Amino acid sequence: MTDGIAGLIAHYNYVVTIFLMVAGLYIVIARGNMIKRLIGLSLFQTSVYLLYIGPGKIVGGTAPIIDPAYKVYSNPLPHVLILTAIVVGVATLALGLAIVVRIKESYGTIEEDEISSRDSAGAP
Amino acid sequence: MTALREHLPILLVILPLLGAIITALLRRGTVAWGIALAFDLVLPAIALSLLLDVMAAGKPVSYHIGGWPPPWGIEYRIDALNAFVLLTITIVGAVTVPYARRSVARELESHQHAWFYTMYLLCLAGLLGIVATGDAFNAFVFLEISSLATYVLIALGRNRRALVASYQYLIMGTIGATFYVIGVGLLYLVTGTLNLVDIADRLGSLADGQWRPVMAALAFLTVGICLKLALFPLHGWLPDAYTCAPSFVTAFLAGTATKAAVYLLIRIFYSVFGSAIAFDRLPVTEVLVVLSIAAMFLASFTAVFEANAKRMLAYSSVAQIGYITLGIALANQAGLTGGIVHLFNHALMKTALFLALGAVLFRTGSVQISHLAGIGRKMPLTLAAFVVAALGLIGVPGTSGFISKWYLALGSIDHGWWPIAFLIVASSLISVVYMGRIIEVAYFREPGPEVAEARDPPLSMLVPILVLAAATIYFGIDVRLTSDVAAAVASSLLGGLK
Repeated sequence: MTDGIAGLIAHYNYVVTIFLMVAGLYIVIARGNMIKRLIGLSLFQTSVYLLYIGPGKIVGGTAPIIDPAYKVYSNPLPHVLILTAIVVGVATLALGLAIVVRIKESYGTIEEDEISSRDSAGAP
Repeated sequence: MTALREHLPILLVILPLLGAIITALLRRGTVAWGIALAFDLVLPAIALSLLLDVMAAGKPVSYHIGGWPPPWGIEYRIDALNAFVLLTITIVGAVTVPYARRSVARELESHQHAWFYTMYLLCLAGLLGIVATGDAFNAFVFLEISSLATYVLIALGRNRRALVASYQYLIMGTIGATFYVIGVGLLYLVTGTLNLVDIADRLGSLADGQWRPVMAALAFLTVGICLKLALFPLHGWLPDAYTCAPSFVTAFLAGTATKAAVYLLIRIFYSVFGSAIAFDRLPVTEVLVVLSIAAMFLASFTAVFEANAKRMLAYSSVAQIGYITLGIALANQAGLTGGIVHLFNHALMKTALFLALGAVLFRTGSVQISHLAGIGRKMPLTLAAFVVAALGLIGVPGTSGFISKWYLALGSIDHGWWPIAFLIVASSLISVVYMGRIIEVAYFREPGPEVAEARDPPLSMLVPILVLAAATIYFGIDVRLTSDVAAAVASSLLGGLK
């Protein structure tokens, strides 16, 4: 039991990551407001950045600069990958928000239950 | 020429990207269409040449981006499987683009036309990139390039419901892609590499204690990719998206987008995890078989009761994807061959069906089944092509659909699961019912006022439909390109991993 707790504290970065991941996914599933769902989605994506970046850091490590003064380097690759993933995340969020704006213009609401009741009512 | 030949793998991705940039600078839709057509007609030649190279050499073609050798640099690795899927996607693209001009001109406003082709080419570049690359994270980037373009293409539908469908797909698609990238991240943490071949090598020498994150990675990757390929019950986004998107987009996506995701699933299961690891440590086979059969039946039943023909075909797509994943899950020579052949055959047949419906929409303005009464007499060539492709989908002997279902049935008998062979036939009978509904309305009812003015569409739309319908018959008789290549692919996938 104490081993488990000690393990959790030692790996607190994973605890934070998983909490953000699950919280984000929960918002996406549980909310009916389209903006809130996009925020949840963004949170979910951001948690993955931590999943990559966290383990790349080595305690006491420096940036990977070749110099005899430094012996321990952090892994730079996750940063590069996540830079790409951030761009993808921003693009997704921007496109999602643009679509929500168009939905608001044509339906007058961004609540999913109201939209589906307006669609099933028939005439636009 | 020989200098260019080395660069064929990257050209497949670079050319459509270049085309997207050029069309983005244009304002005239027709010019943009011409550029898309020009790029699209070159791509199948490249893919075919790669396939012939790979089959002749008997080993994969490896292309190092920027000259960095793998596993440090990004590698494009083309073996028989990629080359075959690349050929499928490029053929669907090349055959459908001539159709786009008239159809897009009718369904979209004129200021959107040039941008439409930009999005189309970006989507194509992303899909080809997913299939060509040998790097797990690069595949994620291409997955998102194609997905973002797809969301835009779907949102361009005429009805405002297209916006909601696009939004839902954006949410589901992003969750799927994020699951994929979580899986890749876990694999990277364990193995320290992103090159698919290198990951597979290093998984072979893992210590016992390291298996838990690898299994979690497999689970994340499977769920993520199955969201993208719309495996039942993760198919929720597909019917709305296919129904609301412009006709050309639906036809193109049905033939390519889910197929690229299926490719990724095959690659992850067989090349990265190796069939032994993937199928022995987690009950992937059993889960996939159950879900595939559920897709075959439940989606087909839903299709039977659909009033909108486009939505009906969308549910039929979910069912047909069930056949493909069934073949993947069977994990034996005949089953995997059937899955890969069906990937190709279904791409051609379903594209033909959606294009034919697009032509009906072009002439009558509706695809409600009740409005199609007597359409077979007014649009004889279009509906004849529709019937041929529908027969292929059902799996009538002499059509390409029969070949793939035959292999799937053989595969399930080889596996000792003979009831599945019976279920394949039973679910095909349901497709007789839903396809029969359209054919009955189209041919055996008096033409109603809705179709009084209808006639076959212009040649640029009619020829792609007829070509694809003819291909349904052709690949039912001549199996050299499909079954023989697929059998070679299946044996190399299964053989290299035991």
